[in-house]
Formats: sequence, C-alpha cells, structure tokens
Amino acid sequence: MSDAQSPHGTPQTTSPVADATPTGTTPRDTSTVPAQVPEPSRWHTMWQQIVTGNALISVLSVVLALIVGAIMIAFTDENVQQASAYFFARPGDTLIAVWDSVSGAYVALFQGSVYNFRRDSFVDGIKPLTDTLTFATPLIAGGLGVGLAFRVGMFNIGGRGQMLIAASVAGWLAFGFDLPWGLHMLVALIGGLLGGALWGGIAGLLKARTGAHEVIVTIMLNFVAFYLVSWMLRTPGLLQAPGSSNPKTPPMAETAQFPKLFQWMGLPYNLHFGFILALAATVLVWWILSRSSLGFRFRAVGENPNAARVAGINVPSMYVYAMLISGALLGLAGVSQVLGTVTTGFTAGIDAGVGFDAITVALLGRSSPWGIFLAGILFGAFKAGGYSMQAAEGVPVDIVLVVQSLIVLFIAAPPLVRTIFRLPDPSRGPKRPRPIVTKEVTAK
Amino acid sequence: MSTVTEHQKVAPPPDALAKTVVVSWKAPIAYGIFTLLALALAVFAPPVGDTTYRLVASDKDAIKVADISVPAMPALWAVVVLLAVITVVSVWLVASKRRVPLWLTVVYAVLVLFGFLTWAGAGATLPMIGLLFGALSLSVPLIFGALTGVLGERVGIINIAIEGQLLAGAFTSAVTASVVTSSTGVVWIGLLAGVVGAMIAGMLVGMVLAAFSIKYFVDQVIVGVVLNVLVLGLTNFFFSQVLSNNAAVLNSPPRFPRLPIPLLSDIPVIGPVFFRQTLVVYIMYITVAAVYVGLFHTRWGLRLRAVGEHPQAADTVGINVNRTRFWNVAFAGAIAGFGGIFFTLGSGIAFNKEMTAGMGFIALAAVIFGGWDPIRATLAALLFGFASNLQNTLSVIGSPVPSEFMLMLPYVVTIIAVAGLVGKVRGPAAAGKPYIKS
Repeated sequence: MSDAQSPHGTPQTTSPVADATPTGTTPRDTSTVPAQVPEPSRWHTMWQQIVTGNALISVLSVVLALIVGAIMIAFTDENVQQASAYFFARPGDTLIAVWDSVSGAYVALFQGSVYNFRRDSFVDGIKPLTDTLTFATPLIAGGLGVGLAFRVGMFNIGGRGQMLIAASVAGWLAFGFDLPWGLHMLVALIGGLLGGALWGGIAGLLKARTGAHEVIVTIMLNFVAFYLVSWMLRTPGLLQAPGSSNPKTPPMAETAQFPKLFQWMGLPYNLHFGFILALAATVLVWWILSRSSLGFRFRAVGENPNAARVAGINVPSMYVYAMLISGALLGLAGVSQVLGTVTTGFTAGIDAGVGFDAITVALLGRSSPWGIFLAGILFGAFKAGGYSMQAAEGVPVDIVLVVQSLIVLFIAAPPLVRTIFRLPDPSRGPKRPRPIVTKEVTAK
Repeated sequence: MSTVTEHQKVAPPPDALAKTVVVSWKAPIAYGIFTLLALALAVFAPPVGDTTYRLVASDKDAIKVADISVPAMPALWAVVVLLAVITVVSVWLVASKRRVPLWLTVVYAVLVLFGFLTWAGAGATLPMIGLLFGALSLSVPLIFGALTGVLGERVGIINIAIEGQLLAGAFTSAVTASVVTSSTGVVWIGLLAGVVGAMIAGMLVGMVLAAFSIKYFVDQVIVGVVLNVLVLGLTNFFFSQVLSNNAAVLNSPPRFPRLPIPLLSDIPVIGPVFFRQTLVVYIMYITVAAVYVGLFHTRWGLRLRAVGEHPQAADTVGINVNRTRFWNVAFAGAIAGFGGIFFTLGSGIAFNKEMTAGMGFIALAAVIFGGWDPIRATLAALLFGFASNLQNTLSVIGSPVPSEFMLMLPYVVTIIAVAGLVGKVRGPAAAGKPYIKS
C-alpha cells in the first residue's frame, strides 16, 4: 500500500518526496558541507524505517480500533455492569468480566472469519476463511470501482444504484432465458456489467457534457435505481417471480450461476467463481492504472484536470470512461451477489450496503488496486466474523462498522497514531547541520 | 490580408467586451424535455374529470376560502401550450445571445407543477394545505442539514458528514430528553435537554471532522464518509445493546407541541401552512434568516467567506484561518444536530436504527443545487420536501402512476435540473483544501 497517491491529492505528511529532501538541500550544498554527523547504524536505519513506515501505522490503526471496540463491548456488557456495582469490594470480578466479554467477542470474531478451532477437521475449521472471501468478493469489486473513480478525481457514491441495476439485468438474464451452461453465465455477467456501466456512465456523461456534479447525480441515481428496481420487483412479467405476490425474483437458473470453487472436490464451501473475477478485476485495474496510457490519462486528470487539458488530454471523455469502468466494477459486485452469493432470488436489498462499504474499502486501500484487494478481504473478515460474534456472544454486528470506520480514520491520520504510540516522526528525522548559504544581493 | 483588415473593422470596441454574455443552450433543452413530457402526459394518459384544490385546513378557520375546481383536460392542454410558448421564448432569447431570466424558470416550474398536479389529481380533491404543511415539515432536517453544509463549505471544509450529524442529533436528543423527562417529570426541561444534547452531539461530529481535516490534513471527503459510518455504527450498536433493553426510560422521548402563532395563523392558506407548526420549525425560520444575514452582512460572515475563498489573503490580514474553520464547522455541526431532533422530538417518535434514511445526503445535494447560498439551498431543500410529500398525498388520493415513479420523481427532476439549469457550479475556491501556513 503505497500512500503516495491519495484520492484527492491531499498533501501527505509522509510522502516520499518530503523524506528525500527534508530541508531542500541540493547536491551542491552537501558537497560544500562536510559530513559532521556519523552514519547511523544499519539496524538503527531499519528500525527507523519500520517504526515510521506505513505498514506499522496500518497495523497499529487496526489494534487501536479493536481496543476502542473492546471498550465499547466491555462497557455495555451486562456481566461487567453487574460486577462493577461492587468494583471497590472485589475489583477482580470486574476485570474478569471485562476479559470474558471482550475475549469472547473477539475469539468469536476470529472463529467466524478465519479458522474455527472447535470443529474437528481442517476442512470444517477453515470454512470461515472461505466465508470471508465470499463476503470480500463484492467488496473488492465495488472498492475497485470507487477507487478508480477516486483516481480520476471523482467521487462515486452511486454504488448502490449501479449494483441494483447490474443485479437486475443479470438476474433477468439468468432466470428469464434458457441457454447452455457457461454461455448463460457469460451472457448474464456481461449484461450485468453493461447495466452497471450504463448507470455509472450517466453520471460521467452528465459531468462531462453539462458539468453536473457527480456527487449529486450519483446520489440521485441511487434513489432512482432503488425505486425502479422496487417497481420491477412487484410487477408481474418483469422481475417478480410468477405466481407470487412478494417483491422477489425467481431463483437463478442453474446454468447461469457462478460455479462454487470447491464443489468439484466435494467441499461444502460457498466461495464461488465471483472471487476469481474479483481477483481478475484487481489485476485489470492495476494494469489499467499503472501500465496503460488510459490509466496515465486517468491519473493526470485526477491530479490536475487543468494541467491535463493543457497537455492535450480530453478531460470530459476521461470522466465518461472512468465512470463507465467504475460502474462496471460496481456492476460486478452486484452480479456476484445475484449469481454467486444469493442465487435463490433477490429483493431490492440485494446490494446489502456494499455500495457504501465499497467507499470505505477504497479509502482504506488508498485507491490502489492491491490495497483495495487486501482491504476488501479485511472487511469481508469483519463481516463474516461479525455475524458469528452476534450469534455467539450477543454483541451487535454494528460494532464492526465502528471498528471499520475507526481503522480508516486512524490510517488516514498517521500523525495521530504516532502521537498515541509515541513513535518518531519521519519528517522530523535526525537534526542535521543546516548549511549556511549566503547569497550576494546585487544592488539595483 | 483582406480578411485581417476586415476583422479589424468588425472588432468590437473594448466597452462591448464587458457586456458579452456566455449563452448556454441548457435551459431551452431542459424546458423542451419537460414540455415534451407534459405533452406526452396529455396525449397518452389524458386525465378525466375535474381537479379540485382545497385551500382550507379545517372548517374551523376564521376566514374561509372556497375550493377551486378546474377541468383537468383543458387545464393540462393550456399548461402544455404555455410551456411550449416559454420554451420558444427561451430559444429565441438564447439565439439572440441573451440570458434566460430566473423568473422565467420560476414561472415555468410553477406551470409544470400545476399541470402535473391537475393531471395526477384528476377526478379527486387535492388537500393543498396538508400537502404544503407536510412538505414544510419534511424539509426541516434537510434545511438544517443544508445550512450546515453551506457554512462548512463557505469556510473551506467540505462536510459530507451531515447525515452522521443528523443521526447523532436524533439519537442524543431522544436519549437525553427521555432520561431527563422521566427523572424530572417536566416535559419542557426534557425537551430543552434533548435540544442541548442534540446540538452538542452534532457539534462533536463537526469538531472531529474539523480536527482531522485541519490538524492532520486528512482528505475532508474521507473524514466525512467515515464519520457517517462511525455514527451509524455507534448509534446502531447502542440502540441494539442498550436502548432496546430499556426503552421505557432511555428511548421514549416527549414531543414538541404544536404552537399556532396568534393572528398570523389565521391568514388563509399561509397561516395553516407556516404558522401552525412546532417550535422546531419556527427556529428553522430564524436560523435560515440568521445564517443568511450573518453570512453576507456581518463581519463574521465576511471573515468566514474570506477563509473559504482565499485563506492566504485572509491570513495576511490577520484572520486565524484554522481557528476560524474549526469553530465555524463546530457551530455548523450544532445546527445539523438540532435538525436531528426533527426525527425524534419533533414528532415524538422513539429513536430507531438508521432513521435519517439518507436525508443528510439529500441535504448535501441541496447545498450544491443551491449553489452554496443559504437561501437557495433552503429552497432546494423545500423542493425535495415537497416532492416527497407529494408522493404521500397522491398515494392517498390514488394516483394514476405507480407509487415508485412518484417517489423517483424528485430525484429525476433534480438530475435534469442540475444538468440543465445549474450546470457547472463553482463552490468556494478553497473548500476541501487544507491550509498549511508556510
């Protein structure tokens, strides 16, 4: 996760440029000033790099967020409250109750998301990890969509609408048609991607042609898509299941569903082909952004649209392309929901809040494709673990939202984390003697 | 060679340059789209019967206004013709390099609205007072939220956390008002405590936003989005874990009573709509006026705008940029927190999960739609409130279109309006950029 690219070009206090030239010394200056400070040892340098690096900040942010979550769990736990009533008589009881509530919740979180030690075999024990990846699939795809738009300097809040439209198109193709296996899935997938791209493209086109602010347009399109899909879901002949009065579609045809990845081995995991697609999308977005000329133009527009225009880049068409791709990626998130995760028919809540979660994923991943991939898996783990925590310990799943948002907040503010843990500040490295440069001033 | 001399001859004198108007075809195109839509309604879904507009709230009103009844079909056609005329006029204006005046747009919008109401309410009676009264009520959180957004962006901090501030206000007001009312037994003390609690909650969210964006230079959009999630998670968590177990004490807020203003509330039509509301709505009138006057006619507002437009210049003349930003964003947060009490104390409803339901985002849209101006943002918020209440009213009297399309309407109208009439809007120059003193 490189932090050199922030979505809106915020000045990063830890940008490599600032590290490289701390006092603006030029090579000529250093040659004139003798090296008075002894070279720090290699271990010291390495230690410096570790404690001032981004990886440590990220880890500490997660730790800090989990601590805040633990405090909330402990304070609202009934056993803790009962024990704290006689805190001064037997403080040990309170501490034990706190430990029980917090450790119970976090063990349940871990067992619901990574590995369940209570199961007998490895195959059963590792199932939570596959659930995590299943939850992560739409988050990764959606996060890539939002992150790509960020890199072009646009804020796509319209994930919900794009997912809903994509899911509807893909679902309609998946249950309404009869095609051979493989082709059917491909048709539904492409249809869904086009649906999402279209919905996102509207915002891009309006921004490019009329200058309409994409934040307004995408918010509005969310509502439009929601009501449009709600209407289609309760109208017979469109999306509603025949012979039913519920606003729900019929189940997807077998031929159109994403195959389960471990089915051929006879393993009961829900992880489906959508995850492979999300992985492929990550590679694709990485390639687009850092290897293609389109990506170069995207980033140029994101950094400074005026400079990009002067350089001969067609800025409006970049907006349109970016929103088309962004919408298609969020469409992938919607398609993976209907063809992979919920294949028994969907309602208007099929987006499951992914459209908004994707924003946090993109922020945590700092809009870089692999960062988003990892962030998506982390949030997928929180989602998978959160439900098992609620089931096992009665801690509301909403604590996950708090922890997630705190992680993003802390990661975005490295100085805060450094202050809390009393880490050294990289921009303030060891004091060097500043060369005294006297300039001759010519009198006019 | 000859072309050059000719060009020199034609070149206008320097004075004329100042009068050059940048013409835009957006307005005529938007007019045209709406006119065609109205025509389509008249042709493909012709209304039958009369539309009656009821203009009295109840039979006890001091001054009675008779119902107005119009035959739907001729009225709709008349509207279509008028719309077409206005469209042609706007085309002519733009073609002759003139600007389409704002009043024309207003007239056009009123005509569209009248035509639509006449069409949708054909063969029924439209309770206009109830429609407008409800619209004003529904706009309350949007207006408070929009004012917060305007103040924040004017001082240079983009506030996406309006949703979170409304939610925090709703939650805190419900809890504090419930607790204080049940412990003191006096309703108005409970209400007062709820108001103070809501304002502090909104202010705290604003302070976190300001601190992270001013001290740590975190991107303001990021902080805003994250704060929304944070407040949502916190309120959901405490609702499930604490409030739901003990709803009688913690989550049974009192309600603001309705206070008709004497004399003013007896004015026909205007009285029942504007002056038979709760205290929250009256405070809203005052807040809108105060923010407008403060922003454009006081030293405070001038400094605030200077900081948002050109922080370097403001700093040069001795204004502490970051302090101004921090306290104004905190103050603006208190306004949104107050807006949050609409959801709970305003109607006496217990707090529930995610009860703001995206209102903060619509308020954000109103800020941009209103061009960062408190009055225009308020009008935009009123438009949204009106549209959502129109749907409620029409579903009661039985409208000819599926309710989902009615619900969709305000958002579609906003998109067309933002694309066609507002176009590329320019916010405060320094909004979203942290000020780093060099």
